[in-house]
Amino acid sequence: MTRTVRAVAALCAAGVLLAGCTLSGSEEPADDVTTIKLVTHDSFAAPQEILDAFQQQSGIRIEVLKEGDAGALTNKLVLTKASPIADVAFGVDTTFATRALSEGVFEPYTSPEADRGPQRYAIDPEHRLSAVDVGDVCVNIDTAWFAEKGLPEPETFDDLADPRYKDLLVVANPATSSPGLAFLLGTVAKYGPQGWQEYWGKLKTNGVKAVSSWEVAYNQEFSGSAGKGPRPVVVSYASSPAAEIGEDGKPRTKALLDTCFRQVEYAGLLAGGKQADKAGRVVDFLLSQQFQSTVAENMYVYPSREGVELPPAWKEAAPQPTKPASLPGEEIQANREQWIEQWRGLIEG
Amino acid sequence: MARTHRGLALLALLPVGFLVVFFAWPVAAIVGLGFGDGGVAEVLTRASTWQLAGFTVGQAAASTVLSVLAGLPIAFVLARVKLPGIALVRTIVLVPFVLPTVVVGLAFRALWPDGGVLAIVLANAFFNVAVVARTVGGLWSHLDRRAEEAARALGASSWQAFRSVTLPRLTPAVFSASAVVFLFCSTSFGVVLILGGGRFRTLETEIYLRTVNLLDLSGAAALSLVQLLAVVAALVIGAVARRRRESALRLRSAAEAVRRPEGREWWVVAAAVVVLGLLLTPIVALLMKSSIAGFEGLATTGGALPVSGWDAALRSLRTATDATVLAMCVGVLASVVLVSLRRSPGRLARGAGETMDAALMLPLGVSAVTVGFGYLVTLDDLPGDLRTSPLLVPFAQALVIIPMVVRMILPVLRSVDERLRQAAATLGAGPARVWREIDFPLAARSLVAAAGFGYVIALGEFGATSFLARPGEPTLPVAIAALISRPGELNSQMAYAACVLLMLVTAAVVTVIDRLKPSTGEF
Repeated sequence: MTRTVRAVAALCAAGVLLAGCTLSGSEEPADDVTTIKLVTHDSFAAPQEILDAFQQQSGIRIEVLKEGDAGALTNKLVLTKASPIADVAFGVDTTFATRALSEGVFEPYTSPEADRGPQRYAIDPEHRLSAVDVGDVCVNIDTAWFAEKGLPEPETFDDLADPRYKDLLVVANPATSSPGLAFLLGTVAKYGPQGWQEYWGKLKTNGVKAVSSWEVAYNQEFSGSAGKGPRPVVVSYASSPAAEIGEDGKPRTKALLDTCFRQVEYAGLLAGGKQADKAGRVVDFLLSQQFQSTVAENMYVYPSREGVELPPAWKEAAPQPTKPASLPGEEIQANREQWIEQWRGLIEG
Repeated sequence: MARTHRGLALLALLPVGFLVVFFAWPVAAIVGLGFGDGGVAEVLTRASTWQLAGFTVGQAAASTVLSVLAGLPIAFVLARVKLPGIALVRTIVLVPFVLPTVVVGLAFRALWPDGGVLAIVLANAFFNVAVVARTVGGLWSHLDRRAEEAARALGASSWQAFRSVTLPRLTPAVFSASAVVFLFCSTSFGVVLILGGGRFRTLETEIYLRTVNLLDLSGAAALSLVQLLAVVAALVIGAVARRRRESALRLRSAAEAVRRPEGREWWVVAAAVVVLGLLLTPIVALLMKSSIAGFEGLATTGGALPVSGWDAALRSLRTATDATVLAMCVGVLASVVLVSLRRSPGRLARGAGETMDAALMLPLGVSAVTVGFGYLVTLDDLPGDLRTSPLLVPFAQALVIIPMVVRMILPVLRSVDERLRQAAATLGAGPARVWREIDFPLAARSLVAAAGFGYVIALGEFGATSFLARPGEPTLPVAIAALISRPGELNSQMAYAACVLLMLVTAAVVTVIDRLKPSTGEF
């Protein structure tokens, strides 16, 4: 009996000690280093060496916090605008930027690096947001499948509604998936606020399949990736084919560059921060040659800066689309919910 | 008597305080914001809201029934059967519990390409068989076998003996487990999202969409209220059913309850084998999808993951340790207080006990996204701005574990024969001494089992962790989610390899904890 008590007491004590080690495990920065908190989304990834090098050279340690996907991030910023959780935010995208701007989450900051390309994507005359990277949501196809069937590859939105391509397309639900929403917005941009519903009606007749997430669509339904699913046409990203290089060095999939919708991801200073000058240097860093050259490999998006070299596989398999569709942020903000509801009525109903 | 009450109040301070600060306050604050925006009443009067509620409760109830039916034979085998390989069964049953929902969702979609209600119910049950097997098995292994044997000797068939002697004594544990499973299922998010494909929606998925995608806080608040209502109703029904059945039991050490099955018991063993086979099907499917290349990818850093698979595994172990220690402190204290309140004279004390019991379960019934967003609007009022602290990961995980700890320990503590305590008190032992000499030894195994189960929950926890874990420091489930959301064959092979690693780590942990169980010959 007493042995039991002692054993459990010892275990508890050991447990608490262990926990203590874990919790106090974060190292304290040196005195001459300022910590700037960067809040971002789940897909953020940067090599530690780059962050370390920036700290060496600027005396600024970037503490990265992840707060869900782009939508969750934006909404959290809006909720906490009276008492910001960080100094800088990165990852608010085209679809959500208008909400953040109209809520006054960001304060103006013009980066000296912005004229190296990011300005092309500016959405705010007050320069509260700087474009860091660009992602294009495009229809991807399994090229081998079409070669084998002797069917010409589809190229445009209209082709997808062509009876020749019946039962081949899988998309993600715009209510639950951000590439799904981007694709829906792409069809709105192409066919207009009146015509898109008619187009989706044709897609439905043509056997489009809608699933809940990109993961299910790409990993399970799509024939061109690891899942070897039944459908050779999927909504994914312009950059996805770079990850599907076969053993012969040739890409097995291809993005249809006439079906792309562009999502730009922005960074900005959170309003009310006490270290605005240092925070501004973090935004400069995100736009710097150094950081921009890592975004393709680490986050599967294109750099916003001009003249940044893409990885070799990307040059061949994932060229950046030249004429992607886009929509004004205000229009998206005003109609997003209604379009999703209409889509649900059309496709799920 | 007043002194005991004051002592109890002090003991209750930690669990109640923890719940208030890290659960009640954030949830009330975010729901309050929704009310501020107006429109809550309008959502509440919509027919679609109540359809959602109906579907949520329906699928959760079906999943719960299925989990109990599948879990009971396993509980029997774990508690009563002496056959080679039982330790392995103990481990296998827990594996589904830690697997990330997105991975299990993909595995189930491979079997049911179009998902649907049946797939949702089966997947929920797949995750929760362990809860029933472990919770019920824990009490079952302590039951004195002689009562059944007496019934058999008086001419009852083994089925009659089970139904009239064993089952009534197990009922509190079955209801405890059912309550936990019901709460897990009614708030399961990933399963419904992946297998429902957007067509089947629950309150939980709607709350998530409204909060995260639409920032429609008033809509989310209305739905949260409906969810809370459904959960409280389920808890009340469960508590009433439990109270009517609870009785003092003669608890025995586990070793003497175990023996080779005989006669019709083999049928139960066969049923358990079938259930195990069904549980293993998705697990084996995942094993087959992992590859040598995937494991090699995991062993190195760089590529899609900032750390190697081993680092992620190590981090999982450390975070889970913190969460378990925290949850055990809060959970055990709460259980002790609950048992004492129940025994206290006076309706007030008992009423307080019942309320606290229910309140402790609520974290399982409230959407994680509600709690998470609630943290953002409240915790900056505390010193040290915990909103972005890595400490929040174990705190949030502990919220999920505490109800489980309480549900595993309470049935055992409650069924300790009151006469033993009275005898000890008559002989001059104070309350602490009574607890140490009577309750603790009898509950020791359940304590270790609860800690082990809690540890496993924390290992597999994804929702809270993914929000709060720092980049560059992913746990295994977070790493798996990152890998599976990227294109490329290697990434997906690495994701499945990481799943296998997670299973192995879980199996190792469970094995170690089962070994740690206090030897049973001492009482």
